[in-house]
Amino acid sequence: MSQRLRETFAQARETGRTLFVPYVTAGYPRREDTVEVLLAMESGGGDILELGMPFTDPQADGATIQHANHVAIQQGVYLEDCLAMVAQAREQGLRAPVLLMGYYNPILAMGEERFVRLAREAGADGFIIVDLPPEEASDFLSACREHDMSFVPLVAPTTADERLAVIAEAADAFLYCVSVTGTTGTRTELPPGLGGFLGRVRKVTGLPLALGFGISTRAHVEQAGEVADAAIVGSAIIAAIDSGDVDGCAERVRAYVAEVSGHEHAGRLRTGRDE
Amino acid sequence: MGVETGLSPRFGEFGGRYIPETLAGAHEELEQAYNEARQDPAFHAELAELQRQYVGRPTPLYLAERLTEQTGGARLWLKREDLAHTGAHKINNALGQALLAKRLGKPRIIAETGAGQHGVATATVCAMMGLECVVYMGSEDIRRQSLNVFRMKMLGATVVPVDSGSKTLKDAINEAMRDWVTNVQTTHYLIGSAIGPHPFPTMVRDFQAVIGREARTQMMEQAGKLPDVAIACVGGGSNAIGLFHPFVDDAEVRLIGVEAAGEGVSTERHSATLVAGRPGVLHGTRTYLLQDSHGQILPTHSISAGLDYPGVGPEHSWLKTTERAEYVSVDDQQALEGFKALTAAEGIIPALEPSHAIYHALDVAREIGPGKDILIGLSGRGDKDMHTVAEALGVTL
Repeated sequence: MSQRLRETFAQARETGRTLFVPYVTAGYPRREDTVEVLLAMESGGGDILELGMPFTDPQADGATIQHANHVAIQQGVYLEDCLAMVAQAREQGLRAPVLLMGYYNPILAMGEERFVRLAREAGADGFIIVDLPPEEASDFLSACREHDMSFVPLVAPTTADERLAVIAEAADAFLYCVSVTGTTGTRTELPPGLGGFLGRVRKVTGLPLALGFGISTRAHVEQAGEVADAAIVGSAIIAAIDSGDVDGCAERVRAYVAEVSGHEHAGRLRTGRDE
Repeated sequence: MGVETGLSPRFGEFGGRYIPETLAGAHEELEQAYNEARQDPAFHAELAELQRQYVGRPTPLYLAERLTEQTGGARLWLKREDLAHTGAHKINNALGQALLAKRLGKPRIIAETGAGQHGVATATVCAMMGLECVVYMGSEDIRRQSLNVFRMKMLGATVVPVDSGSKTLKDAINEAMRDWVTNVQTTHYLIGSAIGPHPFPTMVRDFQAVIGREARTQMMEQAGKLPDVAIACVGGGSNAIGLFHPFVDDAEVRLIGVEAAGEGVSTERHSATLVAGRPGVLHGTRTYLLQDSHGQILPTHSISAGLDYPGVGPEHSWLKTTERAEYVSVDDQQALEGFKALTAAEGIIPALEPSHAIYHALDVAREIGPGKDILIGLSGRGDKDMHTVAEALGVTL
């Protein structure tokens, strides 16, 4: 697993705070905005960042992220571009761990080992691949182990107990717990029964748990914090980007992350990590 | 991991189950239910009874004598799936899966459709069994197939237009998957071709293999021998795999799948996945795909909505790489020629999908010559395509 991810979770464990994990689709709204948005997500209080790698057929995503994927593809934003954006953000001082999130086929097209190696060189820390369950991921997992990158598997409320145990074995940093049976997208309320679901997951693993899908408000994040170690927010970030002028989108993302995460890293980019 | 059913999830390197985790349980449950059903004589008896009384099986094997004579080559035999209830082979699979959904206790059925034939077949069996039915259809296909949309509505289905991506079959599948992820506890996804995650390619193949089993028996009865060649069109490939499967072990029977070359495989407007694509993962399965160098899925085109798909069933990918079957492509204009040839010579109006197979069969018939026998999968009838054909021929209806 990546050193950065390990440290981030260790620190959170000490302070007992809920990590905030914002997501943005690479190339949205414009190719040139992504590095700035990543930096803004960090300075607003993002602890781990997810960068979505665009795909033509994002099956598990709701309308908001589908649209972001579509816009990015129209601009020709592909895997190579996503990796370049991570590298550029690192050059500009980004410190938070970065997870690349996407679908399997573009990775296969690049070559799994090559992709993992280049991602590490670019400064990424791990992967969330929506349509690659652990039983189909043996080659990809080997590549991750070889390059000290994290594979973050997903578990859902519909995942049976026996399966949870097998999936947990493929994880090394944390598990991504999907809050609802459904696609990505904001919802007014988090579903009931989250405690029971995350309790089932805790029984099979000592790794930290992140909760995602449907989280968009400060109240949701606090609710997530009661059962999980981290809260993941995606579609609401895209919505923040969409809520005004394109030129102001990074600042709006920063302000939104600051409000919802509850822990703005004020001045962090200028002074470095202050913890 | 998961259930031990003895059903292999792969065809060589192809197939598998590349799905969002939320759907993993549903696939395991489906695999188990299908495995039980296929070993249950009561399931087969119920299916066979409905195939006889409701679908009208066995469908005839028809020797197209005039077309054979005009072509001056091998004898042309048509397996008449166009005469099955609802006018295409799609009903075979819809019926089988709907019976399974009943076994699973799932009252709601979703489906995707391209040409509308699978949507109509699904809406039909849902009406007959009293199941709720929602059909996802690309808005471009809705425009091309308005008659089938109306049929589905009359049958009680809700037709949901899909405006994302290329607005065709691929996007309808994405949207059906999104529905399934959301409503998996109450819903069965009745996928329309031998595509998708395991166990769908195997299960759909098994439900469609009735085509080949009947044809094999009928060839023996009517021709006194097996065909020298079996030919069928391939989009997702369910009618072709259904026709081919019972002949796979008969090494002397050449199997030829015909894909849609659209405006030509050298253009960007075609759907010839096996001819011009390369392996990847889409819609939960590893198979040949039409994709760019970045692994993004390419837009496709065919005059026939039912072949307009950038993937193909994984078993076809395996039959191609093992060279058990050959795959060729036929373009829009050639398909129209096939359509006109059969219509004029035999008084049988084929759908545009099998018109591709007919065109190629005429070529092969001339090539291998008289005294040989070609079995053609006539997967559906052409009523739904009359507007498209008229438009292509410059006729205003």
